[in-house]
Order: sequence, then structure tokens, then C-alpha cells
Amino acid sequence: MSVDIGSGARIPGSGRVAWDEALAGEIVARGAARPGALLPILHALQEAFGYIDRQALPIVAEGLNISKAEVFGVASFYHDFKVAPGGAHVLKICRAEACQSMGAEDLVRRLEARRGLRIGETTADGRLTLEAVYCLGNCALSPAAMLDGALIGRLDAARLDAIVEGRAG
Amino acid sequence: MTRVFVPIDSAALSVGAGEVAAAIAGEAERRGLDVIQVRTGSRGAMWLEPLVEAETGAGRVAFGPVRAADVAGLFDAGFLDGGAHRLALGLTEEIPWLKRQQRLTFARCGVTDPLSLDDYRTHGGLVGLKRARTMAPGDIVEEVVASGLRGRGGAGFPTGVKWRTVLEAAAECKYIVCNADEGDSGTFADRLLMEGDPFLLIEGMAIAGAAVGATTGYVYIRSEYPAAFATVKAAIAIARSAGLLGGAFDMEARLGAGAYICGEETSLLESLEGRRGQVRPRPPLPAHHGLFGAPTAVNNVMTLAAIPWILTHGGAAYAGFGLGRSRGTLTLQLAGNIARGGLFETAFGLTLREAIFEIGGGTASGRPLRAVQVGGPLGAYFPESLLDTRLDYEAMLAAGGMLGHGGVVVFDDTVDLARQARFAMEFCALESCGKCTPCRIGAVRGVETIDRIVAGADRARDIAMLKDLCMLMTDGSLCALGGLTPYPVLSALTHFPEDFDRPAR
Repeated sequence: MSVDIGSGARIPGSGRVAWDEALAGEIVARGAARPGALLPILHALQEAFGYIDRQALPIVAEGLNISKAEVFGVASFYHDFKVAPGGAHVLKICRAEACQSMGAEDLVRRLEARRGLRIGETTADGRLTLEAVYCLGNCALSPAAMLDGALIGRLDAARLDAIVEGRAG
Repeated sequence: MTRVFVPIDSAALSVGAGEVAAAIAGEAERRGLDVIQVRTGSRGAMWLEPLVEAETGAGRVAFGPVRAADVAGLFDAGFLDGGAHRLALGLTEEIPWLKRQQRLTFARCGVTDPLSLDDYRTHGGLVGLKRARTMAPGDIVEEVVASGLRGRGGAGFPTGVKWRTVLEAAAECKYIVCNADEGDSGTFADRLLMEGDPFLLIEGMAIAGAAVGATTGYVYIRSEYPAAFATVKAAIAIARSAGLLGGAFDMEARLGAGAYICGEETSLLESLEGRRGQVRPRPPLPAHHGLFGAPTAVNNVMTLAAIPWILTHGGAAYAGFGLGRSRGTLTLQLAGNIARGGLFETAFGLTLREAIFEIGGGTASGRPLRAVQVGGPLGAYFPESLLDTRLDYEAMLAAGGMLGHGGVVVFDDTVDLARQARFAMEFCALESCGKCTPCRIGAVRGVETIDRIVAGADRARDIAMLKDLCMLMTDGSLCALGGLTPYPVLSALTHFPEDFDRPAR
């Protein structure tokens, strides 16, 4: 489902809004009738807020008539769902075999060594979160990465530096 | 007016196709030329992306790989009329890499506008569905049985037999589920097709629905493929407003949430139902007791995308391609350290060596090839000496590997197979659903054991331990994740023992 974040308080530069109980309630109500509604609802919450706030769990549980434990169990099972807000932008670097064969691990190590930025961390200014991903389906143009949903092929150190420094998309 | 074709496929965009399209539009306007851009899928020749084509009297002529900075030069060279330029590749259909293929499934991909139903019809679409809707369900199933089509997701189970089981299951409600959770590294055929020719998948699912008596379908697309998800969703809406969906059969696209295990069909069903993607023990089979407890045909994107051709041309015609028990075409994906990577569809029968060297042009780095992993992270690592193995289900199995989804990842001589073996265990630990102990715990122990082997305190003991652990995982795991992780690990150990026997690091 697409999310209408309406008048929620927008977080600059991220396209997201701050936690808003009423908005969360609307999102749950809109999605609750579909069969197997939980994943689409969690996606919609994350799309709106950038993460799944703890306060959303009871709202989802009540809307779907399941336990809070079930909601938490599902939210914590999948790599996509975050428990806390990340950076305004997310860069996912592929660390699967095809990208390994083209030097992806060297790129990750270089980033760690030169900038002290590790996978899973966010830059000090809160602008960029770095994540690992295992295959983006761009295996003939490795190494691959994804910046806020846009696929990047033939990634090299210069391009990576530009992204981390906020000079390029 | 000249039509110019620029891919909108996300792989092409990942190397600048969007900038190229913008440059072409800008340059055409500046020069006052009447150019219409058609955004197509990718032809799959990733090494030529961004591949730009211009429509001329002689046919479509190709240029690639094009950068935005090349565009003004292309106009200067008169590329709209197929003018000479260093990036000119001649008639697209005559490019040897494309010409050598037998494209049944990918016939339209890269040729048409993915979201134009008119294009789809003009290029032979919907003939299979039209025919299927005049046939008895059992006859559709038998047509698929006759084609010899086997599940192209990796397991290779005969599709017609699976459908017959669902058809024969008595139930009021049945489902078609498309597994588009293409998580194996080295594979991208599903993504390419969903972005490049989504109506083919929709047609395949509608035929599947008619064959087994299902009225509802779901496509479960991994969240790492946002463009494929958007394209399939848009195509479903278009098909519905054109009346192709919504009556006898309707369908919906659902998004995964970053879990490799959801490519396993029972985990996928759990996930669709809104639960943790944990494997269900079998039996019962999904064909009897699948989504929401109803009989369900779970098929891969490539499998369902093969169906319209089979219904259009007949099962016997499809079986006329390929050999032995591997009939039809292989949608080979050449990936990793390879000079000419991409999607290459041809009848079964190629050897690994032909695929990698004749088609793929060897390594991208120019260094000697050392290892090849076929079939994703659960596939075996083959040394150079096994490259004459034929890429079909039986031959790969006999050589100690598997064909899987048809992805081939090439590594040059800088690869460390002990590290690759460790990664296989690490990946299994990371992605294990946790339901069974051999996988959940075994993978963690596997990482530790390989670390001890590399550290070198007592290699003979630790190698024996690793083999023992692999046997336990193979025999005791509930699904292919724990059950097949030993393939890459043991093949690395068997074929590249020297990498496990270096001075301690």
C-alpha cells in the first residue's frame, strides 16, 4: 500500500515523518482487511517513519487481532524492519559472491579503514546509514550497491567516496 | 520522426541509462530533431549497457556501452540513421552475443515497452492465454507435462506434475503463488523479466490459474527489487483495467522484507500469511496444503514465464529444445568476474566452458579463472578441470554440483576458497530461519571450525570435524539452506585443499 503521510511532521531530507500515533493507527486501519496483512502494514509503517516504533506494536496487534509478541516476532525476523531511525539516506553495499568476485570486500574494508565507517553504522551527521545486502540482482555489473532504492553498478572507490561525502547520488 | 530505444531496466540505470536518456532528449531538442524515446527493458547484454538503439529502415541499430558524454558525438555521427561511430554495434539482431541465443522466454525483453499492453499483443503476447481459456484444465496441464518443463527456480521439479497435483486436489479455493524472491547471488533473470516484460509473468499466472482451478494469485517479490515490484504492480493494474485480470483470475504483488529463506517455498507461504518466514515441514506439500491451507501451485518467475510460449506453440515444440531430461531453454546468467556478463537464453546443452569463455569472454579482470560457483550461494565451487560439465540438471548433479536458477559466478585467481567456504557458513548462519538445529547451530559451528582450520592448530582434526558437521547438516536440515550449504563448503575443500593448508594467518 502506498503511504499518505499527510500533515505529519516531516524530517528534513528524508521524506519521512516523526512518530505519530494517529498516523500509525490510520496505516493499520487501511491495511488490516487484506489477507496476510502484517508484512504490508509493517512496510507501510517503515515507509512513513523510517523504522517500526515500539509504540506501533500494540496498535498493529490490536488492528489485526494478534498478540504483541507475534507482531514483534515478525518485525524482528526480517532484515528490512528497523527498530530505530537510521540516517536520512541508506546505502546498501552488496557483499554476496558475485560482488565479492569483483572486489566488494575491498571496498568495505577501505571504507572502514579510511573513514571508520562500518556496516550497520550511520555517519556522525546522521546523513547516511551503511548496510550490507546479499544480492541486488545486478551480478553482471558488480560490485553493486543501492542508494535509497536506486541501483548502482560497477561501484568503485571514487564513486563510493562521493556517496559517503554526499557529493553524488 | 525517429524512434530511439533506451532501457529503463534498473541494471541499465545503474550504469547511467537514465543520464543517457536525458542527454538524448536534450541533444535532440537542441538540434531540433524529432526523436521519440521508447524506454524498454534490457536485452540482457549487461556488458553493453547502457545499450541505445535507433530505428532505421534496415532495422534497429545498436550503440553501446553509451555514456551521457558520448551522446553529442553520436548525434554528430548521425546515429539516428545508423551512422558510423566507435560505439556502433550494427543491427541489434545481428550482434553475435544476441544472435546466438534462442530466446523463448526473453523474446520481448529489451525489445518492447514493458508497460505497453499493445506492444505485448503486437509481439505475440496473450495468444497462449486465449488458447488456454478455451481448453479444459486437464488439457492445459497435459500440455505443460508434454513440454518437459521443470521448475526453473532451482529444484527442477516437473511443473506439469505439480500442477496436476493441485488440479486433482479437491478444494473450493486454490492459489497460484509466484516465487519472485530471487535471492541467489549471480542470478537476475527474474528481475530482468519482471522489469522488462511483466505481462508475460501475468499471462503465465493466469494460465496457471486456469490449469489448476485457482482464482487468486500472488507474486512475492523480494524487497531488494523495488523497481521490479513497481513495474509488476503497474502491469497488474493495466491488465486489470484491460479486463485480463479480475474475472476468472486476479492477482496481487507482495513485497518481501529481506530474508533469503523466503525463497524457500514454505517460508514464502508463511511470509505471505504474515508470519516469520520459517520453513514448514513437508508433507503436507504446498500442492495439497499451501497458502492459507489451500492447495497452492508455487512456481518460480522463470517457470511461469515459460508457460505462455508453451501454450502458444505447444508442449511438443518446447520439448524440441534441449536434451535428455532437461528440455526447453536455459536462462543462463553470467555473473561476477566475467568480461561479457548478462542473461543468455539458449536450449540446454552448453558446457560451462562454452558459457564462460565463448559467450562470456573469460574473466573481466583478465586474470586466469580459478573457480566458478553455479546455482547461487548453495551451489558448489568448480575448478577449471570441471568446466566441460554440461549445464543441465543431471550433468551438474553428477559432477557434484547443481544447476539451480542458472547463475554462474566466475572468480579469478585472487579468490581464496577457504574464505568462500567460511562465507557460505556465515551466510547460512545469517539467513537461517532458526527452525531446525542442524542449520541454526551447525552454520555457526561451521564458521568456527573453518576459522580453526585456517588458524592451523590441528588441521586434520578440524577438517574431519567440518566434514562430519556437513554430513549432519545435509542429512538433518529441514530445507535446502542448511541441507545444501555443505555443497560450497565441501567442494571448496575437495577441489581447492591448498587454500585450507596455508601457513597460519
